[in-house]
Amino acid sequence: MQEKKLKINPGAVITEPGSSVKYKTGDWRVFRPIIDQKKCIKCYQCWQVCPDAAIRVEEKTGKVFVDYDYCKGCLICVAQCPVKAIGKEVEKK
Amino acid sequence: MAKTVVEASHAVAEAVKLCKVEVCPMYPITPSTHIPETISEFVADGELKSAMINVESEHSAASAVVGAAAAGSRTFTATSSQGLALMFEILPITSGMRLPTVMAVANRALSAPISIWNDHSDAVSARDQGWIQLWVESSQEALDSVIQGYKISEDRKVQLPVMVCFDGFTLTHVFEPVDIPSQQKVDSFLPKFRASHVLDPKKPLTMGPIGFPNSFMHFKEQQQEAMINSIDVIKKANKEFGTAFGRKYGSGLVDLYKMGDAEYAVMGMGTLCGTARVAVDKLRKQGKKAGLIKLRSLRPFPKKELQSAIKNLNALAVIDRHISLGQEGPLFTDVRSAVYCNDITINSYIAGLGGRDITIKHFEKAFADLEAGKQKGEWLF
Repeated sequence: MQEKKLKINPGAVITEPGSSVKYKTGDWRVFRPIIDQKKCIKCYQCWQVCPDAAIRVEEKTGKVFVDYDYCKGCLICVAQCPVKAIGKEVEKK
Repeated sequence: MAKTVVEASHAVAEAVKLCKVEVCPMYPITPSTHIPETISEFVADGELKSAMINVESEHSAASAVVGAAAAGSRTFTATSSQGLALMFEILPITSGMRLPTVMAVANRALSAPISIWNDHSDAVSARDQGWIQLWVESSQEALDSVIQGYKISEDRKVQLPVMVCFDGFTLTHVFEPVDIPSQQKVDSFLPKFRASHVLDPKKPLTMGPIGFPNSFMHFKEQQQEAMINSIDVIKKANKEFGTAFGRKYGSGLVDLYKMGDAEYAVMGMGTLCGTARVAVDKLRKQGKKAGLIKLRSLRPFPKKELQSAIKNLNALAVIDRHISLGQEGPLFTDVRSAVYCNDITINSYIAGLGGRDITIKHFEKAFADLEAGKQKGEWLF
């Protein structure tokens, strides 16, 4: 099978710091967390526990959003939310 | 040319000094111990400006080599047997990260039963881990191969670690006349190490990241490519060494002895080749067309050179100083695979395990089997 050649340095050296943001892990997701803004009390526990820093806080309003480019769907935020403001649904492929 | 009478261990340490190695993480183990001993003397006496790190295990020695090489230093360590086994985890990391370094392996049997004596089971077991392996026959070759080793390892087309494998006790503790070249000559043969990427806080980069399934195979493909590139680089280093120092070792990959008109030959690695030369000479005096193929580079394995070396032979005996238990001698497997298209009888002999002597008589027996057309795979005790 012929594949497009990746541009890679010998030894897998990465010369561009912070380039891991280019690697979007959102497509790993099986379950999608969904935040109900009406129920959210802005306690930011979800933001604290997210292992992928995929919960974003909007500076002006203080509202929280899931960054679906990076959210792997682990649902730790769902388990953590004290007011059950985060629901889940199966990711549609 | 004045020669000094030293052990191979001392000769290797002299090579480390001549190569101006900057970092030497060392953990002593028999029979490689005289190497760190001698290097530490050089450092203490101010003859070698090097960071000699007394680490707590071979695993740490290999890991410190990785760190220092990543920071752009020329590095060296030495080990044997169980020490190499403890380093095993770091072997594919060193080669996978494409870090140039040279390690001297004073070959010793792996336990159990405990044996401090020579065979090739330690380094041959590590052959698939992406290290170039040069196997040497004499103290002089050990010294020269360390110098050549850095030249090969640091070549941008290669960038792979090199193991210089030499027989425990048979070389490490045996005194031989050795020409220790001048610093000036070595400096002009071996330029200062310039790593392709260096860990530096001013210019951050990542080494040793995760390789996902979409990229991992491409890195392995690159490593294989570098190994194949190293075939020409090893030959070139050996040739240039010959011009600069007045001695070389066959083509760098294989060293052929009386193979021009040979009908029967033996093949092996390390000091057993010295004994084989004497056996070949003895048989030649009897009018028999005997020859020797000394394999110097086990990895990369020189298939083409081997094919051309054996093309006029009637039969070949491969002597393995190691056995892949449940299969056969690994050198025999490699040889047969390289020449499977050739119409030739190849016999396999397992010999010299755990310090058992390999004598002229063993070679005479192997040659007699070849001449009698016996197809054999057996142990020589």
